[in-house]
Amino acid sequence: MTADLGTMTAGEGVSAKARNLRRWGPRALQGWTNLDGLFRKACGAFAASIVALLALVVYQLVHASRLSIDHFGVGFAWEKVWDPVAQKLGAATFIYGTVVTSTIALLIAVPLGIGIAIFLVELAPRRLGSVVGFLVELLAAIPSIVYGLWGLFVLAPLVRLWVAPALRKTLGFLPLFSGESNGVGMLTAGLILSIMVLPFIAAVSRDVLAAVPQTQREGSLALGTTKWETIWNVVLPYGRVGITGATILALGRALGETMAVTMVIGNSPQIMASLFEPGYTMSAVIANEYSEASGPLYLSALTELGLLLFVVTFAVNGAASLLIWRLTRGPGAHA
Amino acid sequence: MTSAVSTAQPVRSISMRRKVVSKVMLGLCVAATCVAVAMLVWILGYVLMQGALSVNPAFFTELPAPVGEPGGGFLNALVGTGIMVGVAAAMSIPIGVLAGIYLAEFGHGWLARAVRFISDTLGATPSIVAGLFAYSLIVVRVHHFSALAGSVALALLMIPTITRTAEEMIRLVPRTLREAALALGVPEWRMTLQIVLPAASSGVITGIMLAIARVSGETAALLFTAFNNRFLSASLDEPMSSVPVQVYTYAIAPYDDWHRQAWAGALVLVTLVAMFSAGVRLATRSRYKLEQ
Repeated sequence: MTADLGTMTAGEGVSAKARNLRRWGPRALQGWTNLDGLFRKACGAFAASIVALLALVVYQLVHASRLSIDHFGVGFAWEKVWDPVAQKLGAATFIYGTVVTSTIALLIAVPLGIGIAIFLVELAPRRLGSVVGFLVELLAAIPSIVYGLWGLFVLAPLVRLWVAPALRKTLGFLPLFSGESNGVGMLTAGLILSIMVLPFIAAVSRDVLAAVPQTQREGSLALGTTKWETIWNVVLPYGRVGITGATILALGRALGETMAVTMVIGNSPQIMASLFEPGYTMSAVIANEYSEASGPLYLSALTELGLLLFVVTFAVNGAASLLIWRLTRGPGAHA
Repeated sequence: MTSAVSTAQPVRSISMRRKVVSKVMLGLCVAATCVAVAMLVWILGYVLMQGALSVNPAFFTELPAPVGEPGGGFLNALVGTGIMVGVAAAMSIPIGVLAGIYLAEFGHGWLARAVRFISDTLGATPSIVAGLFAYSLIVVRVHHFSALAGSVALALLMIPTITRTAEEMIRLVPRTLREAALALGVPEWRMTLQIVLPAASSGVITGIMLAIARVSGETAALLFTAFNNRFLSASLDEPMSSVPVQVYTYAIAPYDDWHRQAWAGALVLVTLVAMFSAGVRLATRSRYKLEQ
């Protein structure tokens, strides 16, 4: 092809141009429809590359954690000791920390998020609703590292001086709220996570509630119920599946969140009853120790934690996608 | 008369109770919204205040000072974030846009369903996992941290967002536009690239901007891929600094001057994100207006 161009004279160049015009023009369409097929195939190849990418991610993670999987077996998940020097490594403390912080986050964020969704859909005037909706979504756009910075310098001192003493005074008889807090710990991590997942619950629930048909509300109100009774007995049950999807989506975010948690959880591999005590999560230990991990087994064990995290979040997010898709008539069925 | 009063009385008190419950619960919903907005104002306000007190010209023009000495800036990190996000965008935009075209135009079969599901799920994957992927794919092979590994991790995080927004925006292009082009004898591939894609371009660019905004503040994926570098570097084969990683390093160090610079870095990140978000909102709003 390039050789042809190289030996072309001026006159042939013009005729080649004319031929090109004819080639791309409508008259020559029939002869060139295979270009359409080629284009489809090319786009299909790029789409398929995303599937291949997933396969590559799984392969790389499994490959890199092979050593640890072979060495520790399934006991890795419930071994509590984490001692890199003695090569005795278990994931139990990190799984515990991840589960506890995510639970705190959801316990706080789910009621708040649904409340916000109700406000936006049922109460707020349209203009105010759109402004507030934007502000809440902005919470989701703030980078994790900024939450971490704020958590470390503002929230942690606040927990030490006010939140922990108040909880101890009122609920101190529970082992969960016993002992001293030095600011960083499970509770602080759970609190910062709850702020971070709140916009996901609020935004998805808002869309779900907005999709509830107006006739449902009118039917209920016509029976003489109050506004809240309509919301509680009609609107929320109608959007139950979607709100569950929103909660699962938020759970996926909370499980995998790294930087903000790393900066406020205290990074100590231990299982303590009190939420005031420092802990550790799966993502936090990877972030903290990966670049300094020495020895293939240590690195491999950290990667296996990442693999576990990936599998769990993939399952959780997949479940959320399926639930939310079911409401919106399947994956992208707009047309 | 008396009997009428005695029956009306309990009815009225029940309805009062129901009304009060309704008011209280709706009030709690308003309160929940106030809490969320207050958190946003608190966090953004604190970052703006601390950042404004901390940011100075040296922050943008100087390299980090030696450990423990005051002064210095984030020049290396600003340049590093620009380079790595740029390389990640160059890798992810072609894949994302063409896959989006496939989903919107030809996406009816099992492959399209699989790609949609994987994009949605991969898009919510923890960024630390993207870092692990790039580490075992690149860092392990070349035996050192590199900016290229950082870019690959960021690209993995960008592709799903770009794919799904591109698909949705291309779907919004009216069918009549396609039919008009086909009626004039334009082949399908040319119609897609020269008629449909330009018509959807503002939305597609919005999606790309959102993806860029998200990865610009990304820390966990870069911690052990691009790592950090105290010097100015433009080589993809060497460790490279980025704003979020340098903010993290400075925040957990015991120097007040470094904390000050971490706040300035946070201010830069938040400004970037707020600008993108506001821009995206303006762009999509004018788009909705056009459609109505």
